[in-house]
Amino acid sequence: MLRNIKYNMPNHVGHFGPFGGRYVAETLMAALIELEAAYKKASSDRKFAKMLSGLLRNYAGRPTPMDFARRLSEKGKGAKIFLKREDLAHTGSHKINNTLGQGLLADRMGKRRIIAETGAGQHGVATATVCAKLGIECAVYMGSEDIRRQELNVFRMRLLGSEVIPVESGSKTLKDAMNEALRDWVTNVRTTYYLIGSTAGPHPYPVMVRDFQSVIGKEAMRQYRSVEGGLPSAVVACVGGGSNAMGIFTPFIPRKKVRLVGVEAAGHGLSSGRHGATLCRGRVGVLHGSKSFVIQDGDGQIREAHSISAGLDYPGVGPEHAFLKTSGRAEYVAVTDEQALEGFDLLSRYEGILPALESSHAVAHGIRLARGMRRSQSIVINVSGRGDKDIAILSERMGGGRVAD
Amino acid sequence: MSRIDDAFASLKERGEKGLVVYLTAGDPNAAASLSYLRAAADGGADFLEVGIPFSDPMADGPTIEAASRRALDRGMTMGRALAMVRELRKTHSLPVVLFGYYNPFFRYGIPRFCRDAKAAGADGVLVVDLPYEESAEMAPAVRKAGMDWIPLASPTSGPGRIRRAVDSGSGFLYLISVTGITGARTSLPPEASAWTRAVKGRSRLPVAVGFGISTPAMARSAARFADAAVVGSACVKIVEKHGASRTGPEALRRFVRSLKKELR
Repeated sequence: MLRNIKYNMPNHVGHFGPFGGRYVAETLMAALIELEAAYKKASSDRKFAKMLSGLLRNYAGRPTPMDFARRLSEKGKGAKIFLKREDLAHTGSHKINNTLGQGLLADRMGKRRIIAETGAGQHGVATATVCAKLGIECAVYMGSEDIRRQELNVFRMRLLGSEVIPVESGSKTLKDAMNEALRDWVTNVRTTYYLIGSTAGPHPYPVMVRDFQSVIGKEAMRQYRSVEGGLPSAVVACVGGGSNAMGIFTPFIPRKKVRLVGVEAAGHGLSSGRHGATLCRGRVGVLHGSKSFVIQDGDGQIREAHSISAGLDYPGVGPEHAFLKTSGRAEYVAVTDEQALEGFDLLSRYEGILPALESSHAVAHGIRLARGMRRSQSIVINVSGRGDKDIAILSERMGGGRVAD
Repeated sequence: MSRIDDAFASLKERGEKGLVVYLTAGDPNAAASLSYLRAAADGGADFLEVGIPFSDPMADGPTIEAASRRALDRGMTMGRALAMVRELRKTHSLPVVLFGYYNPFFRYGIPRFCRDAKAAGADGVLVVDLPYEESAEMAPAVRKAGMDWIPLASPTSGPGRIRRAVDSGSGFLYLISVTGITGARTSLPPEASAWTRAVKGRSRLPVAVGFGISTPAMARSAARFADAAVVGSACVKIVEKHGASRTGPEALRRFVRSLKKELR
């Protein structure tokens, strides 16, 4: 039997072993140090914790349920499949957990303007939502390619009173939106709070986002125990930058007998060169302020990622995932666009849940994994968001029909 | 004494302020880029800052971002940029500082970079996204190879950070004049000169002021309380306008001469 381990990452300067850190322009260093101090203070303040848990409960609708996927499990004839339903959180994804936490922090720090980057638009919507709730000005940077793919979320952000700023540089996706948000921050650093939505970026963002998201894993562990007893055999989540996966993994990291499986986007296939599988196919490098795996060429130039899901279309990944991969504590696999669409189709037709295309990657791999396991075992899949935002892409791909039988 | 130290010493002797000209290596292509670097030197630049292009230049504005894109599209790499410096060295002896983002240096390999850059004739290295806290993985190797590690200070760095930056580096202190990204501006904020004076008072290294300086008059006023002015985007704009045409280097030489005239 595997023993529990001690896990205490990162160190005091934000390093997860060789990963993480703060690789940013000097102008941002003072802001990151200020943020780190403010976060440290807030996280030991009971009033802050009470305010956040109140909002998570009454505003975001937590705890989100954990559901036994009976028909899907029966179809696979393998392990039981449980679904952690982050799609039921307010705004339709797990992103609200982090934006509420950071939004309260920005408010405490007296920042009256919040900026954010967004890929699929879920983080943008969650940020715009919290800014409306707290009465803070909000601007969201979004690649013009993503604006095209995620029209519904762009409209939602505008309805919530946020400005959406299109980014035309590079691949016009999440990476470029993050570059542009960093440029805004370096210019307006004294008055503006940069609300990063993933476990990426310079320290303290990877820690802070993980901490705010770990409510997912804490609930999942408790819910699983009360329904099934003990621990699941595996926990499965999709990984773009990695926030929903870190959120559900974190409480399970010391429980070594629980397999942690991150699912990346294989896009058109891992050998096609058009994918977002940073951990599976990238190499160590520095992007957006931290050292981690990066999809890059031999000269260290960042390459464009590809995925049908805008949220996984990112050539970087959070540094803690890089650490969990190289230390062997978590395993990372990749699922193609086609396989993700099959996952979407199965969850829709067998469970009546339309998952986000990002989450569909976790669903697709989770089903495959469960099939190879015993009926006495069980897995938990994190359904990180709902699929309404992807309707346009889906109808384009399916021609109005079904994807798979 | 490094070549950079010598250059500042002789500027001081002559009672002049220094001029640092930034150009992106390989913009618009390798051959034309070398002609532009030579033209800048011939126009009177005291130092050349050679930018290693990067796909995601987060601290740069649209002008330098576009220059990086042009250079990368024409196949510029770290190895080719160093080859350009080696070529430049055959005709010019002014100090050359390599400027860039960390990832291309990291992928090239730090020991290999230090060896090759020194052999090519580079004098200093400035890495935008490697602040004091993370610099241990590169700065000591650069200095050990006999090159200067150029530290940065910005308007948000307090006295403590400025002291540590100065202590960790050599050659000169690159002072960012404004909070923001690179790019030609029409004026610098009034507090920039007070801030320059304050930093100059605390620095044992010569101070070069950069970001936003686009005209001879701005160069003069920016350098008033410093030892040198850095002009980047305004020079890159000339390259952007003329491209690989024969008139380009001459246009840059004239512009650089007009800048230097105000610093004498």
